[in-house]
Amino acid sequence: MIREYQLNQEKAPLYNALSEYRKQRMVSFDVPGHKQGRGNPELTEFLGKYAMSVDVNSMKMLDNLIHPVGVIKEAQELAADAFGAYSAFFMTNGTTSAVQAMVLATVNPGEKIIMPRNVHRSAINALILARAIPVYVDPGVNEKLGIPLGMSIENIKKAIQENPDAKAILVNNPTYYGICPNLRAIVMLAHQAGMKVLVDEAHGTHFYFEKSGPVSAMDAGADLAAISTHKTGGSLTQSSILLSGPGMADEQGYLRQIINLTLTTSSSYLLLSSLDITRKYLALQGENIYQRVLEYAHYARKEINNIGGFYAFGKAEIDHDAFYDFDNTKLSIHTRDIGLAGIEVYDILRDEYQIQVEFGDLGNVLAILSIGDRPVAIERLLAALSDIKRRYGKKADQITVNEYNQPKVVMSPAEAFYAKSKQIPLDQTIGKVCTEFVMCYPPGIPILAPGEEITAEVLEYINYAKEKGSSMTGAEDLATEKLNVIDQL
Amino acid sequence: MTMWFTENHTKDVYFAFKAKQLFSTRSDFQQIDIYQTKDFGKVLVMDERIMLTEKDEKIYHEMIVHVPLAVHPDAEDVLIIGGGDGGALRELQRYPGIKSIDMVEIDSAVPEVAQRFLPEITGDFLDSRFTLMIADGLKYVRTTEKKYDLIIVDSTDPFGPGESLFTREFYGNCFDILCADGLLINQHESPYYKSDAREVKSIYEKTNTIFPIVKLYQAHIPTYPSGHWLFGFMSKRYDPLEDLQAERWLKLGLDTYYYNLALHRGSFALPNYVLDLIGKKQNIANS
Repeated sequence: MIREYQLNQEKAPLYNALSEYRKQRMVSFDVPGHKQGRGNPELTEFLGKYAMSVDVNSMKMLDNLIHPVGVIKEAQELAADAFGAYSAFFMTNGTTSAVQAMVLATVNPGEKIIMPRNVHRSAINALILARAIPVYVDPGVNEKLGIPLGMSIENIKKAIQENPDAKAILVNNPTYYGICPNLRAIVMLAHQAGMKVLVDEAHGTHFYFEKSGPVSAMDAGADLAAISTHKTGGSLTQSSILLSGPGMADEQGYLRQIINLTLTTSSSYLLLSSLDITRKYLALQGENIYQRVLEYAHYARKEINNIGGFYAFGKAEIDHDAFYDFDNTKLSIHTRDIGLAGIEVYDILRDEYQIQVEFGDLGNVLAILSIGDRPVAIERLLAALSDIKRRYGKKADQITVNEYNQPKVVMSPAEAFYAKSKQIPLDQTIGKVCTEFVMCYPPGIPILAPGEEITAEVLEYINYAKEKGSSMTGAEDLATEKLNVIDQL
Repeated sequence: MTMWFTENHTKDVYFAFKAKQLFSTRSDFQQIDIYQTKDFGKVLVMDERIMLTEKDEKIYHEMIVHVPLAVHPDAEDVLIIGGGDGGALRELQRYPGIKSIDMVEIDSAVPEVAQRFLPEITGDFLDSRFTLMIADGLKYVRTTEKKYDLIIVDSTDPFGPGESLFTREFYGNCFDILCADGLLINQHESPYYKSDAREVKSIYEKTNTIFPIVKLYQAHIPTYPSGHWLFGFMSKRYDPLEDLQAERWLKLGLDTYYYNLALHRGSFALPNYVLDLIGKKQNIANS
């Protein structure tokens, strides 16, 4: 057993309440208007009667996520116990809302937050909402792979010393590529300086159930963690959990208030029940499940590296600092040695092999292994990669491409976002201050964020990514041919 | 106990016969049942789909084996992917020129059940030329060092354990382990019902970008959905009609139930609706 549970994890209070509700054959004169599916036959046929019959409104027996006092409260307590947290908050607006809640709850307008720049756009969105001032720490780069890492301890120390007034540190555990920072050391440094530690654990749900995986935020003593149970845990898309550590014990009520600022008042019971059932499944079976997933990942990594040309990197790249640990379930594959950009391999896999991987950037593709994987599917990925090499393989691409450009921050994201701006063609933007986001999605890590100067390097990256077929998002101009910049400075 | 066995050919179409269940097992991969019937003899059913019946299996197995070997009689090393029932093996074993037959079957229960209940159908599993490997077909073609003259893809349908045998990556890796004049034959599903027809089109399009020669041929197999069944002839060099080695095949003096040389030629003539399905012009067929 990875952790001793205090509560009976066999229980699933929300699931039981919904099952009970179904049996009661309640006549509803409340919303939703489809009334157990009757009002929308085509949708009911598509999604199934069962799903429609529990797509219901908050009511006494089903509790209310905005103000949990019954089965939702109990389900959240079970989740906190399962994840080893002080408390847990179910989220139905995605992990984006959990990340925003972490920032809004700990950083007031005008206050500073220390973070790496290679965060998901949701974190920088949160800075706009919170009107917080980011202090970006260089995440460090693996020169061979061109990918950003998880920040060195020296750089974090320096940021803390230079910004003793910062309120919190936000870190990725892991990054999209599977790289984990030295979380225990970061927690120690931050707490010594009186700062909260917020962990974007969107891709790390499984850390809580792996016997030998990277340390989880709660085990490392972090104050808040946003876990996307839907990403690698198996719950429905858009369901997520915000975990709170004992460091937030005095602020539980405030945290709930902050969450309620943006939380829907009509939380989906499909999402909520998926969280309850997933928590039970992971608590009881998680260890075995992820052991199996890790075995698949180990096999796939070995076989991919045998194909030649592809490099499925892993723990061998660990540098005990900015690349402190690695999430083995992330099958990050460096593709430049077969002369193809990651995004090209990503497109070929989808268009010609009907294999959808998580993302492709300039030098890598990422295949995520999780709770639903099976050997047959893994064999398909391996065979497709070997076939791609045979059909498209070229001489190794000598150019190393950095997936990360250290930004030149001119003003805070909020200041730039709300400033008067104008839209001008991309090639005329050098030297201007951007007021919007530009990113390849996925992975959704901004190339430009509001308040940053547009440099020649950044433009070159954008043009190169477009040429290779990356789908650019974030800008108001959907084709990303024009950008919004500060009108006058 | 006598009951009615029914198989869904589409959501709204059934095929049914009176049957007595002789055996039933759940393997690691699928449900396997054997039924005794009056008109079709013993029937092998996997995941509720008829795989073969004693009455009409010869049509399928002769067409999947004799068509390629009449074109490429020098084939020595043959690989069967799937085919655990041993029917294709039986037909292959009639060719003295074949030196090795490797079978890669994912489910060990299939050859076990076939040998126990269908000994009249299965070939000789003890033949010194024969090697049975219980393994994933896709993995085998990706990793083997051996080169083959002929690959026979005798698979189940594109869902369940056979799904990876209908993918581009599978055919791409097969291409790689075939000799320069190698052939690949697959069971190519039925063009008749809409959902099956989609698979026919999809496999045809995938293989057509991999092999220089891809031609479909057909047979009438009464117990398969609609009865109208296709096979794919994929080749690096030989054309199934221009390079047909009629004399050499006749010299072998094989006694067959369904296959003959006239039928070989005729089976490549496809109905217009199938030509439309795979995007071939009908007027070419008329000339």
